[in-house]
Amino acid sequence: MWENILIGLEYLFGIPIFGWGEDVGFVYKALLLLVSLLIFIAFILLADRKIWAAVQLRRGPNVVGLFGLLQSFADLLKFIFKEPIIPASSNKIIFLLAPLVTVMLALSAWVVIPLDEGWALADINVGILYIFAISSLAVYGIIMGGWASNSKYPFLSALRSAAQMVSYEVSIGFVIVTVLLLVGSLNLTDIVIAQKEIGLAHLLGVPWMNFLNWFWLPLFPMFIIFFISALAETNRPPFDLPEAESELVAGFMVEYSSTPYMMYMLGEYVAIILMCSLTTILFLGGWAAPLEIAPFTWIPGIVWFILKVSLVFFMFAMVKAFVPRYRYDQLMRLGWKVFLPISIFMIFIVALILQLTGWGWHGGVA
Amino acid sequence: MAIVGKERLQIISNLTRPTDERDKMTLTLFFFYLFSIVLIAAAIMVVASRNPVHSVLFLILAFFNAAGLFLIAGAEFLAMILVIVYVGAVAVLFLFVVMMLDIDFAEMRKGILQYMPIGALIGLILFLELALLAGSWVILPEVADSSVLPIDNSISNTKALGQVLYTRYVFLFQGAGIILLIAMVGAIVLSLHHRSNVKRQDIGKQVARDPKETVKTVKVKSGKGIG
Repeated sequence: MWENILIGLEYLFGIPIFGWGEDVGFVYKALLLLVSLLIFIAFILLADRKIWAAVQLRRGPNVVGLFGLLQSFADLLKFIFKEPIIPASSNKIIFLLAPLVTVMLALSAWVVIPLDEGWALADINVGILYIFAISSLAVYGIIMGGWASNSKYPFLSALRSAAQMVSYEVSIGFVIVTVLLLVGSLNLTDIVIAQKEIGLAHLLGVPWMNFLNWFWLPLFPMFIIFFISALAETNRPPFDLPEAESELVAGFMVEYSSTPYMMYMLGEYVAIILMCSLTTILFLGGWAAPLEIAPFTWIPGIVWFILKVSLVFFMFAMVKAFVPRYRYDQLMRLGWKVFLPISIFMIFIVALILQLTGWGWHGGVA
Repeated sequence: MAIVGKERLQIISNLTRPTDERDKMTLTLFFFYLFSIVLIAAAIMVVASRNPVHSVLFLILAFFNAAGLFLIAGAEFLAMILVIVYVGAVAVLFLFVVMMLDIDFAEMRKGILQYMPIGALIGLILFLELALLAGSWVILPEVADSSVLPIDNSISNTKALGQVLYTRYVFLFQGAGIILLIAMVGAIVLSLHHRSNVKRQDIGKQVARDPKETVKTVKVKSGKGIG
């Protein structure tokens, strides 16, 4: 019994209780992923502000560190050392639970993301469903925070965002279904491998032109719909109605300050990077090199993955910089009356084509 | 007391093997009791807590633990669907309604005892049915076996469910879908009423507008109206 527990601990943590194990501890891998993710996000936050500033012909943050590179770390210190203010009439437990829920949910989705072949912490069979489930829970952080603040702007914002996020989940779900029709597996690693083995480049007889294989080309309308829905799902401009500062002050975050506020911000950016990597995995071939020839294949897959995620994030940032905010009824119209019919129609089209031609991937454990 | 070599490898592989092969007495059982205890406690709190929003949040906790139980049973697809459908959509609407409606629950609770007999009766019926089900397993195990489709362990349970739902039970499955669709359309028909004196935005009309037809440039001489 005790040997079991101790060896289990040794396996998880890699602590040499009975001599070094053959496996690197799972907990260390998770910590490594967490730390590198948070550092990546610190720079992504800076990039977001820099890109935004560049579009508006400003300099952006440029004081802390070289070119302002350490700005996010300075912000982190500032948030931590500020005094947290909890409104007297708020529901204190839920008020403090809400930002925690946001961060924990956003981080927990990362466990299934394959950064390279075999680099997923948990390569589960239903990976894409897991991510879909976790990202559909992000709305709770906002609703709980908005309600527990006991103030009218946060509450209005919470109601708005609940409707918004539930609406756009529907179209994200249908987009995922079209990808699944092509792949025939819910496993994220399988989805990436399928994009190497089937696709337009194989049909055209140039299988080394990997980037033609990826699903962004055959499913181009769904790629666009997924990108826009991802913007709406993560409350990025032009769909940042939950925190529209011109009408709701700062939405559900009005009453938050200090570390709880920072956790909301962090959770939001973790979710954004998650959506970027999901776009990469579903449509841009994950860790695969764009061309299957010598200098490109020497670069490790993780580098391609990070480059692709950064590219998608660059698009997120550009959209933020030059698109005005949607009006609420237009947002709802776009979700329910435009994206939903198009994506349902595309499911029929894709299923029909696959049935008639026999295309699609037939490997994997399914 | 150093455990090395084969014995150590055996214990490690025991911990990392798939659920059906693993030593049932250790991790699985621990998680089963953990999920079950939290599930029952959360379910009690749904009924017992005074604040309706807390009730819904406890309900969500209960759903989560039910999903954990599904995972232990090896039904990962059902676990994910439970979280997506119930936690991600249904409970959000619950929370939405509970927050929006200004219900005085203290007022509602006053007459709660008069519903006690009906509640007890329904609870008793549910309990008896469950007892019958469990009893039939104990008395005649082969009856339960005969009604169940054989489980194919070589494919994932997502595929297994799909193969059964879309072949053997396809009409029941489609029928359930149509019933849900009708209910949805019905709800929309009941709640939708067009008022004639409200201005509505017609996006198609707006896009189709043409400056030539809508704007007229007129040169007006000073001192004279358009007249």
